[in-house]
Formats: sequence, structure tokens, C-alpha cells
Amino acid sequence: MKWLFPILSILTAILLAYALYQALVVAPTDALQGDVYRIIYYHVPSAWTAFLLFFINFVASIEYLVGAKPSARSAAKWIVIAIGVIGVIATFIPAVQQMLPNGMRPTAVATTILLIPTSYFLIGKLFPGQRLDVLAVTTAEVGVVFCTIVLVTGPIWARPVWGVWWAPGDIRLTSTLVLWLIYVSYLMLRRFSSGSQTQVLAAALAVFGALDVPLVYFSIWFFRTQHPQPVIGGGGSMDPRMLHTLLISWMAFLLFAFLVCRSRFRLELLAREVEEAHAMASLAGSPAATSLPLHRSPK
Amino acid sequence: MNAIKFLFAAYIATWLIHAFYLGTLVRRFSRLRRELKEIGKK
Repeated sequence: MKWLFPILSILTAILLAYALYQALVVAPTDALQGDVYRIIYYHVPSAWTAFLLFFINFVASIEYLVGAKPSARSAAKWIVIAIGVIGVIATFIPAVQQMLPNGMRPTAVATTILLIPTSYFLIGKLFPGQRLDVLAVTTAEVGVVFCTIVLVTGPIWARPVWGVWWAPGDIRLTSTLVLWLIYVSYLMLRRFSSGSQTQVLAAALAVFGALDVPLVYFSIWFFRTQHPQPVIGGGGSMDPRMLHTLLISWMAFLLFAFLVCRSRFRLELLAREVEEAHAMASLAGSPAATSLPLHRSPK
Repeated sequence: MNAIKFLFAAYIATWLIHAFYLGTLVRRFSRLRRELKEIGKK
């Protein structure tokens, strides 16, 4: 599988270049904002990618927390199945459909709900044991990078359109900043805490941090904000060429994020290997350890 | 409209952030590999 990474890298580079061409040349100019609206092709896909990464971090953190106890693992499994089944059935009940924000399609909600059990079981299968923790730190870090881009490109877009860099008190902007701060504190906790409970504490923080993601996403549906309404599924009418470019751009960013995550994942594994090697080396160097039968040379 | 410079600023900022992060990954990778090699020599 060594050939997969270079091939995917080339494919990603081509797709990113194609997305850039679509964004700058092919997509039509917005009648109100002019060319500056094209920031959407970097701003929105970065936000969606960050949300997806934080969602994976959330699932991995939950699995890591419940993984220690078989009873908790079993309970979590049934809760996730129940969420999937009840959630999908509920979206087809007319009374529930009426409660959905205007323009939000029940099928889209049902598909999103189905993602919860699917990703839970998939992640549990693909990343057993400590690899769940490695996945959690990987997705948090790369998610913060994408969220940083959202927070940087947002004000750059806001300045010519709104006349201000930042709208203080706006719930979409504030909740995104809070989300970023939560995950930065998550990374700082992991970086500077060395206790045995660090991973558990970080996982617990990640679970609470992920609760901010729906608030960020739905804030523009439920509250009056300066931020524009959703471009997809919100009843908004976007030019098909613009939508096409936006989706291509997101696909390119998703592939790019996957490659970055893969590298960060391998880096974390290497860091743990070095840590283990350090421990073994110091154990081998200590006078008490030389008589231990478990003494072995580092990998 | 002079807003086009904001568009380029946003695109350049995006790739600067990605390049900076990728740079830190490469630096961390080489430091860890060097460290692992040094431990192996001891």
C-alpha cells in the first residue's frame, strides 16, 4: 500500500488546482458582492472539513472513554443504535418535520443521523485500543488548522462586505471562536499535562467541545445573525455552477485533510514509539533494572 | 472595486496556514526520527 500515498497526493494536488480554477475562472461572479464572494470556496469547505474532523474526534473520544469497561461499551453500542433507529423514524413523523427549520429536508436529517451509528462502528473497527486516542488527537489538531482558516478567511470576507472585520456578539462568529478555543485548550492539555489521566481528561473535554459544533452549525437557522443563511439545505438558492464549484472545492479539501491526517497519525505513532524507547533506555540504564528479566532493547 | 485584494488575501492566508502546519509536521517527523536513531545507538 506504499504507492497509495503518492498517488493520492498527486490526485489531491490535481483536484486542488482544478478547484482553484473553477473558483477563480469558471464560477460566475456574484451580482451583489462581486468577485470577493469567491472566498466562499475556501471558507465554507474549510468549515465543513473542520466540523467533520471534530465529529470524528467526538466519536473516537467516546469510544476511548467507554472502551475501558465492557459494560459501558455494550451500553454505548445500544445507545448509538437507538439514536440511529429512533432518529431516522422520527424524521418521517409529520409533527417532527414541522419542527425542522424552514428549508431543511427530512431525508438530509435522516442521513446525517444515520452517520452517527455508521461512523461509531466503523471507527471502533478500524482503530482499536490506543489507536482511538491517536485518531482523536490527530483529528483535533487538523480540525483546529481548518477552523483557524475559517476564522481568518471569515473576517477577510466580512471587511469588504459588512464593512467590519468582526461583528461582536454575533452568535455564529462567537460560537466558532469558542469552538476553536475549546479545541486549542484540548491540544494544550495534551501537550502540557503528563499525568496518567491526561488521555481520559482530554477525551472528556473533546466530548463537551463537540457539543459546540451543532450550536455553530444551527445558529444561523435559529438565531438572527449577521452571517448569511446556509447555502445548502437552508432554502437558499445558489447558482448550480457555484454549487458545483463549492462541492468540488470541498472534495479537494477533504482529500487534502485525509492526507494531512494520515501524516499526523503516523507522527503520533512515531512519537509514542520514541517515548517507549526512551522509557526502555532509561530502564536499561538504571542499576535496578539491569537485573530485571523483562529487560529488552528498544525497537 | 478594490475588493479583489481581499479575495487573494484570503486564498494566500489559507495556503500559508497549511504550509506552516505542514512545515511543523515535517520538523517534528525529522526530530523524532533523529531521536529514535540516537536511542538505538546507545
